[in-house]
Amino acid sequence: MATALDGAEVVVCCGSGGVGKTTMAAVTGLHAAAAGRRVVVVTIDPARRLADALGLPDGLRGEPQRIERSELEGAGELWAMMLDTPAMFDRVVRSHATDAEQAERIIANRFYRNIAGALSGTQEYMASEALYELHGDPRFDLVVVDTPPSRNALDFLEAPGVLTRFLDHPVFKLLMMPTRTGFRVLTAASQPLLRAIGRIVGSDVLADTVAFFQAFAGMESGFRDRAAAVTALLHDPTTRFVLVTGPQRDSITEAAWFADQLHHQGFGVAATVVNRVHPRFGSGTAADASARAASAPVGSDAAALWRNLAELRTVAESERVALAPLAERVGDELLVEVPLLPTDVHDLDALTHLARHLFP
Amino acid sequence: MSSQRPPTEPGISSIVDTRLVIVAGKGGVGKTTVTAVLARAASAAGKRVLVVELDGKAALDELLPGIEVRHIAPAMALEEYLHDHGFKRIAKRLAATGVIDVVGTAAPGIDDLVVLGKIKQLERSEEWDLVLVDGPAAGHAITFLTAAAGLRDAVRSGPIGAQADEVLAMLADSERCQVVLVTLAETTPVNELVETAYAVEERVGVRLGPIVVNQVDLGEPVPDPDRMQTDANIDGATTDDGATIDDAIAAARFRRERAAAQAAEIDRLAGELALPRIVLARRLVAGLTPDDITALAAPLIHRDGTPAP
Repeated sequence: MATALDGAEVVVCCGSGGVGKTTMAAVTGLHAAAAGRRVVVVTIDPARRLADALGLPDGLRGEPQRIERSELEGAGELWAMMLDTPAMFDRVVRSHATDAEQAERIIANRFYRNIAGALSGTQEYMASEALYELHGDPRFDLVVVDTPPSRNALDFLEAPGVLTRFLDHPVFKLLMMPTRTGFRVLTAASQPLLRAIGRIVGSDVLADTVAFFQAFAGMESGFRDRAAAVTALLHDPTTRFVLVTGPQRDSITEAAWFADQLHHQGFGVAATVVNRVHPRFGSGTAADASARAASAPVGSDAAALWRNLAELRTVAESERVALAPLAERVGDELLVEVPLLPTDVHDLDALTHLARHLFP
Repeated sequence: MSSQRPPTEPGISSIVDTRLVIVAGKGGVGKTTVTAVLARAASAAGKRVLVVELDGKAALDELLPGIEVRHIAPAMALEEYLHDHGFKRIAKRLAATGVIDVVGTAAPGIDDLVVLGKIKQLERSEEWDLVLVDGPAAGHAITFLTAAAGLRDAVRSGPIGAQADEVLAMLADSERCQVVLVTLAETTPVNELVETAYAVEERVGVRLGPIVVNQVDLGEPVPDPDRMQTDANIDGATTDDGATIDDAIAAARFRRERAAAQAAEIDRLAGELALPRIVLARRLVAGLTPDDITALAAPLIHRDGTPAP
């Protein structure tokens, strides 16, 4: 995992929901800061656990805030922030608008508020924007981002193009057809397709939609250029993808599929982290422990103790079998195992403990 | 772990008393497993069961041989809906040109609403005793369930407004529909479940069924190695022949610590939410098979006094 950080400027933690992406992002940030880097960790997960673990009693904010820890004294810096998707989207609109009036007209539009709040892929889109912005921020030399939980883990890679793809939409083109100002709404609303939309969702909603696309005029090229720059950063060799998975069969199948997709699209997986792997308790097998249980007196504490060892080793062995295809695909040297801890990770000690496994 | 269970743990009868049951939970809590277990138990109790899956995953078909599983995708449901509601000629064109994306953005939640509308149709058909929905993934349960309420406010007239009214009526009817929330016995999933439970009850007004706590260690109690009497069978195993006493003691401490942490989380959940709980055992494998599902379903059937499958 240490090699994944060598020369890295951006680390993207990805994987399916519930595997521990946020925790791994925090551990990575903590380790890099301790090694002297100026790190910002961007999280999407509003769960309090990370804020607690980092010692932030008031939670994370939408702006980076410095984490002051005694173990980081004389080392680098650790900053953390939580992505505020609608606020970030407003900022992006303001930065591209030709003037303040255009920005406010867009931001006040109901259709825009729907996009900022609910368009599928918006969260991923804003995460990629935040990543780009922080990468250019002179305060930091490493950006660690944990990707949003999506139905499709690939959403993040396609995120920078979300809005430009929307702008390439036939309806948008229809609305943007050069017509004399003032007649445009009339022209648009008389299109059969738009009339149909109006009948389905109501005329108010349609009017908002038309107004949004019109307000957007003149900003398309700015958004397109930005999307291209963000995509280029994701493909840059200094951007590293860390794939996080659990040791269960379905989680591993998904991770293996995702690794393939990343590879096909020209992204390298710098490391694959298998989180919460059951410890093996010694070098023997479940069968060894079962044999001991069988020779212990029936009903004795000793028999129960050996049976427990046999059961836990059975789980570990089952996980090992499930992991084999993934290990084969990504190579042993890029596969990092993090053990399941007896208790949940909710303080800095636990993060430090995990760091020892991620960065031995 | 038995001391942590609520005094009366509900069985499958508490699930099948509404025709529609929506299973919801955050990623990684095993929502699909729980859907499969409930479907298997209901089927074994003699109910005609339909499972509805929304994420395009094939896992449920594999876990539930002999039980009908239907996959509903929002795009298809919307096209079908438009087709049936006066847009016969242009439904295909609307779908093909991607205008539906714009409709979905203009009125967010429309895709969720048409999926719920389709589910309502299945529920109303009375072809099944139980329509069990493996709810949407990630943090999507609340938006999915609030879609109808949001749309009714935004779109008062027209076919969408009418559809929203019918879906809301179904969700609010505690004799027709309930939501089963799934969690693990861990800090963050329990916190998220409590938040979701309040949001669902307040903002949707839907009945909450039993909470399912998944992957709980229900194995035999492991003796405390620090309080055990010295035992010849343990003392003898000091050399490394595959299983040493140190391994066994470390394993016992680990198992006990995890079980205690789980018990504490279940207690905390009980303190925060006064809802009945169904506790499902953790299986000692990395991937479940149909046999595991049957084994997990068995206690739910026995609890109601009906014979095992």
